[in-house]
Amino acid sequence: MKLLKLVPDNTNIAFLKWRNIAVAISILMIIGSMALVAQRGLNFGVDFVGGQMIRTTFTQSADAPITELREKVGALGYGDPTIQRFGEPNEVSIRMKLPEGADQEPELANTMADEITLMLKADYPDVRIDGVDSVSGKVSEELLSKGVWSLVGAMLAITLYIWIRFEWQFGAGALFALFHDVALTFGFFALTQLEFNLNIVAALLTIIGYSLNDTIVVYDRIRENLKKYRKMDIVALLDLSVNETLARTVMTSLTMLVALVALIIWGPDVIFGFAAAMFLGVLIGTYSSVYMAAPILIWLKVGPDSFVPPATAGDRAEKIGGPEEIG
Amino acid sequence: MLDFPRWKVISISLLLAFGVLMSLPSLFFGESHKYWPGFLPDETINLGLDLSGGSHILLEANPADVGETRLQTMEESVRAEMRRASPRINIGDISRKDGVLSFMVRDSTQVDSAREALLPLTTGAGLTGQRDWDIEVRDDTRFVVSPTSAGLDNAVDNAMDTATDVIRRRIDEMGTREPTIIRQGDTRIVVQVPGLEDPEALKELLGKTAKLEFKLVDFEADPNAVAAGRPPVGSQIFPYPDSPTGLPNIAVKRLGGISGDKLTDAGQGFDQETNAPVVNITFDTEGGAKFARLTQNNVGRPFAIILDGEVLSAPNINEPILGGSAQISGNFTVEGANQLSIALRSGALPVELKVVEERTVGPDLGADSIRKGMIAAIIGTAAVLAFMVVTYGRFGFYANFALTLNLFLILGVMAIFNATLTLPGIAGFILTVGSAVDANVLINERIREERRRGRRVVQAVEVGYKEASRAIFDANITNVIAGLLLFIFGSGPVRGFAVVLIIGIVTSVFTAVVVTRMLVALWLRRTRPQELYI
Repeated sequence: MKLLKLVPDNTNIAFLKWRNIAVAISILMIIGSMALVAQRGLNFGVDFVGGQMIRTTFTQSADAPITELREKVGALGYGDPTIQRFGEPNEVSIRMKLPEGADQEPELANTMADEITLMLKADYPDVRIDGVDSVSGKVSEELLSKGVWSLVGAMLAITLYIWIRFEWQFGAGALFALFHDVALTFGFFALTQLEFNLNIVAALLTIIGYSLNDTIVVYDRIRENLKKYRKMDIVALLDLSVNETLARTVMTSLTMLVALVALIIWGPDVIFGFAAAMFLGVLIGTYSSVYMAAPILIWLKVGPDSFVPPATAGDRAEKIGGPEEIG
Repeated sequence: MLDFPRWKVISISLLLAFGVLMSLPSLFFGESHKYWPGFLPDETINLGLDLSGGSHILLEANPADVGETRLQTMEESVRAEMRRASPRINIGDISRKDGVLSFMVRDSTQVDSAREALLPLTTGAGLTGQRDWDIEVRDDTRFVVSPTSAGLDNAVDNAMDTATDVIRRRIDEMGTREPTIIRQGDTRIVVQVPGLEDPEALKELLGKTAKLEFKLVDFEADPNAVAAGRPPVGSQIFPYPDSPTGLPNIAVKRLGGISGDKLTDAGQGFDQETNAPVVNITFDTEGGAKFARLTQNNVGRPFAIILDGEVLSAPNINEPILGGSAQISGNFTVEGANQLSIALRSGALPVELKVVEERTVGPDLGADSIRKGMIAAIIGTAAVLAFMVVTYGRFGFYANFALTLNLFLILGVMAIFNATLTLPGIAGFILTVGSAVDANVLINERIREERRRGRRVVQAVEVGYKEASRAIFDANITNVIAGLLLFIFGSGPVRGFAVVLIIGIVTSVFTAVVVTRMLVALWLRRTRPQELYI
């Protein structure tokens, strides 16, 4: 039986030859993502800004009466709703953000949801309420701060772990690669205006875990090769490490993408955003462990004697400065 | 590598068998596993509300409300104590402001005896002897009674405990299955009710404080003053939305009423004359006696039925009501009367609760999510399995065997912990499929590499497992870190995702490294191949 080999034996691609261009592109992408987020903003779901969202199906109609709904919900006096199709043409979500100054009325989000539900049931006999989410201003603030803390906490805790298991340069490289992945995912959500909700934070954390997974496999090989080939030039050594792990990188990314494609195409509509974010994250994460995590080691002067008593490594840290000097 | 002791094989096999066994009840959702032999486990995975359909409702109390109610009670107690003192202590200029009660003792010689009389009111009910209230006398005759922060915290805590019990009774009365009611933090209660048809009815029931009072109407009050909201001395003004006279307010006597917390039963019925829906209530012995006295002394006069600070109706007392039961009329629908009787039966909430978060998923959407999730999981898993066999042959088959076992193990471990499977959890399952094979990919690629470098078969396998394990360990630790943060900071369905992720990482390392290693070792020992197709 002939087995499939995605990456031929003894592949030797000079990945790091392009490192300056790649990092420049990456930094441009990060800046672009930030600009997108600043300019267009994220399409926050009710989880993070408060308000209500109702998912409903018009069981007897081919299409949902979106224009009419917009008028009727608008007439309730809480502002203009965001009405979007999801899944079939007769399924829509009706989203209302909290009006300004709603902090004094903790129950307002729920009142809005109740009133819209009542209106739907009264005016459309065939309507089926599939889901109601209502979140008060205070609860949404808590959810947002929890989400931010979990992202920051995960990035720092993981960086710390890599620092302990490897060396500080590796920790810095991993942190930078993670920052890159998270920033680009935010940019993707600003660009597509897909709803940014709690599920997306879960996706981001999973991307962080996955991207690191990839980075660690490469780093582990770099560490091994640093000990094995003490005289080798660092660029050649990094290239060798990336190439040696390339077959695994490609194979694992592909299995992840295959699983995710199934989720995007056949999975429930409710987690489409989650699956899309993950798909993108796997692509970005794979790229960043080659082109962000590895080159940083060159600039931070990792060498065969990096794995020696930490005191000298600490002295070097003083001289070179933090990773922010790279850009 | 070839040396794989028998005890290891047996213990690994037993562990796997146990995990698979634990997963079986969860695979047959519903009742079927109840008919299985008794030695099989009962524990199953819970379905999250986003899959089973149902409502998650977060209720929040405002601690200031508790303070206000408590201050009101304090005022009544102070009035009662001063009246009961002998000689009676005359007080005036009573006010409640900024959470503090203040009043004047009219006769300055009585200040000391007033303080004496108040002292018992200031200590808590507990044995700790902590003080709940501070008393201060200003300008010789003005008393200022303010709550201590410990006393207030304690009161909020007690109120929330009582509220949780009341909520539980109310939901039980509705006859819903398997509700979950948990206190959360200082001022919140989480209510989760699966498979609910009408969440609005539930919310309405939870939002009712259901504080019922009966008070005599002050029919001597000047109607103009009442309409303007100025009560006569000794009276209070309440709104009366369904007033037959058209006046929006009604004045009632501050004293001499009774509260509706002394009930043994309440039920919806119909008025015998008008056939309108009403609520029939039955007092306990003490309440019945009080009610009898109230009605005996006031035949021919109206009394107001007050619910949550609003007057429902103000009927005339036509004759003394001695039997201990009464009828509450009001502008009810049958459903409304029914809800009120449930609320009255389960007792009043000591504090008003507001719905600050709701997550409801209809049963159809839940079922749809399960179906689509299953389809995606099956297709995704099948694709990954095929991919592995095509790429690694025999070793891919071992990895697939391990992966399949891993799926059972995740279910089994979740069942042991009674964990909840949510929609993001299903996504977590599919991701685990994608990432669990990563360990085998790492190992198999390393074996290929070692073979290329000219190592002999057994040695290549040995080195492959050993060298790859380090990276597998590091990579999975970081994933666990991300998963733990997700669990700590996540809420609801997202937590379900974190649970699957964390369990999946642990079990996948076991199956992908330990189990495949065993399979490979047994195969190598049996056949001693000179060449590896990998």
